Amino acid sequence: MLGFMRGQPLLSTVIHREKMAAAPVMMPYFGQQISSKSDLVPDWTRQEVSTGTTIMAVEYDGGVVIGADSRTTTGAYIANRVTDKLTRIHNKIYCCRSGSAADTQAIAEIVAYQLGFHSIELDEPPLVETAANLFRASCYRYREELTAGILVAGWDKRKGGQVYSVPIGGMLVRQPVSVGGSGSTYIYGFMDANYKPGMNKEQCMELTAAALSLAMERDGSSGGVVRLASISEEGVERRVILGNQLPKFSTH
Amino acid sequence: MATLTAVRPAFGGFSFDNCKRNAVLEVEASKVGCSVPAARKTGTTICGVVFKDGVVLGADTRATEGMIVADKNCSKIHYISPNIYCCGAGTAADTEMTTQLISSNLELHSLSTGRLPRVATANRMLKQMLFRYQGYIGAALVLGGVDCNGPHLYSIYPHGSTDKLPYVTMGSGSLAAMAVFEDRYKPDMEEDAAKQLVRDAIAAGIFNDLGSGSNIDLCVITKSKVNYIRPHDEANKKGVRVTELEALKLTGDYKYKRGTTGVLTKAVTPIDLELLEESVQTMDTS
Repeated sequence: MLGFMRGQPLLSTVIHREKMAAAPVMMPYFGQQISSKSDLVPDWTRQEVSTGTTIMAVEYDGGVVIGADSRTTTGAYIANRVTDKLTRIHNKIYCCRSGSAADTQAIAEIVAYQLGFHSIELDEPPLVETAANLFRASCYRYREELTAGILVAGWDKRKGGQVYSVPIGGMLVRQPVSVGGSGSTYIYGFMDANYKPGMNKEQCMELTAAALSLAMERDGSSGGVVRLASISEEGVERRVILGNQLPKFSTH
Repeated sequence: MATLTAVRPAFGGFSFDNCKRNAVLEVEASKVGCSVPAARKTGTTICGVVFKDGVVLGADTRATEGMIVADKNCSKIHYISPNIYCCGAGTAADTEMTTQLISSNLELHSLSTGRLPRVATANRMLKQMLFRYQGYIGAALVLGGVDCNGPHLYSIYPHGSTDKLPYVTMGSGSLAAMAVFEDRYKPDMEEDAAKQLVRDAIAAGIFNDLGSGSNIDLCVITKSKVNYIRPHDEANKKGVRVTELEALKLTGDYKYKRGTTGVLTKAVTPIDLELLEESVQTMDTS
C-alpha cells in the first residue's frame, strides 16, 4: 500500500500530571531507522503498537468500577478495534493498561505471575496494595526503557475497593478516582465536575461510561467499544457497551 | 524542567549499543552515496481466520530485497508443532529463525508435559522472546492452531504485544486483506467458505500491494488433521511465450538453422601456438 499516510509517532499522546519533572514522552527508537530502507513496507508496519487509550477507575463503598476503550493503534492504523485493556491480575484485582502494548502486556503478565506465587505462599487472597507495589517496582526500576501508564484496581478484605495509579515514571498513589491514557486529558474537567464521593455502583458505572464516551469522541487514539467491569466482594461483573449504545452528547 | 538521570554502568541484559552504531553508519554511508545492504524482507500479506472446526492460515509467496523480488515462491507458513502453524511477515531471517527456535523448544516442552502443545504456550514463548529483543527482531507473526481448548488465532507484533482475535492480517498488504475480512467475515463459517475468504483476502494483498505477489498458500488446521496446501492458487502464473512442441518448429526459438544468414566471404586463419610449459596441478580430493 504505497502512499499510505505515515502515522503519528506513537507516544506523543500520553500525558501525566506531576508538576515537578516532565519525563521524556518520546523515546528514541533506533530500530526504526535501520529498517527505513524499503519503501515497499509502509511506516506503520514498523511503528510500535500503542494502546493510545482512555482508561478510568472509580472507588465506591464495597468495590471499584473500572473502564477502558478498545482501540490499539500502530501509527494511524487500528491494529485491534476490540482490545480488552482490563487485564486480570488476580481473581479480584484488575489493571487498566495504557501506553505501549508490548510493555504493558509484558509487565501485567509478570506481575500476575509474581502475585499468583505470592498468594499461594500466603494461602489467602492478595492485597490490592501488594499488586500495585509490584507494578510500581517494575515500572520504576525500568523507567527509562518502559512506556506504561497503569491503573491497578480491585477489592480485598482489608481495605475494600481501592484504586492505585502507576503513571509513566513509576510513581504510586492511591486515589478515589483516576483517569489515564491519551484521552484522559479531555475528561479531567468532566471528572472534577461530576464525581462525588459516596456514589453507588450503578452511578459509578454511568459516570465511567459517560466519561469514556466523551473522551472517545474527542481523542483519535481512543475508540471502539466501552469495556466496563465492577469488582466487589461478590466477584467480578463485566459489561460491554457497543458503539451505537454509547451515551450521546452533542454540541449541536 | 529536565529529569536528571545518573549514568548507570550496564548490568546484565542485552546490549543494544551496536544497533545505535549501525544507525549512525547508515546515515554516514548515505552522505557519501553508498547504501547499507538491505535485509531481505518478506513485504507480505499474511492472514488467519477462525472457522467452525478450526483455523485457516493464508500467505502470499513473494520475498523482496529492496525493490527486487528475491524469491518468487517462498514459503511463509512455518511449522511450529503438529497442531500449530505460524505465518511470518517482516525480516525473512528473523521469522524463519524465531519460528524454528520456538518450534524446537515447544517440542521439548511437549515431551516434558506429555501433552499436545497449546497455542497459548507458543504465543507466550514467542512474545516473551520478541519483547526481550525490544523490537530489533523484525518478526510480525500470525499464529494459529487447534488444541484441547479449541481453535485459537493470535497476531504477534515485533515488539512483543499480542492480540487474540477471530480474524487477523499482518504485513504490508494487511490493510487490503483486512478490508476483505471486515466485509465478509462471519463467525462459525464452514471450511470451504473460510478457505475462499482467506484466498480472497490474500489475493487482495497480492494485487493491491507491491510488496506481495505470486501465489497463495493455505494451511487448514482442524482437530483431526492439517492440510498444508502449497500452492492453493497460482494467482500469478508466468506467461509462456511458446510451448515446447512449437519450439521444435522454431517459432520463437533463438536457434536459427545454418544458412539463415547469407555468407558472403569465408577466410580461415590457423593460429600457431608454441607450447612453452606444461604443468599438472592435482585437485585436493581428500
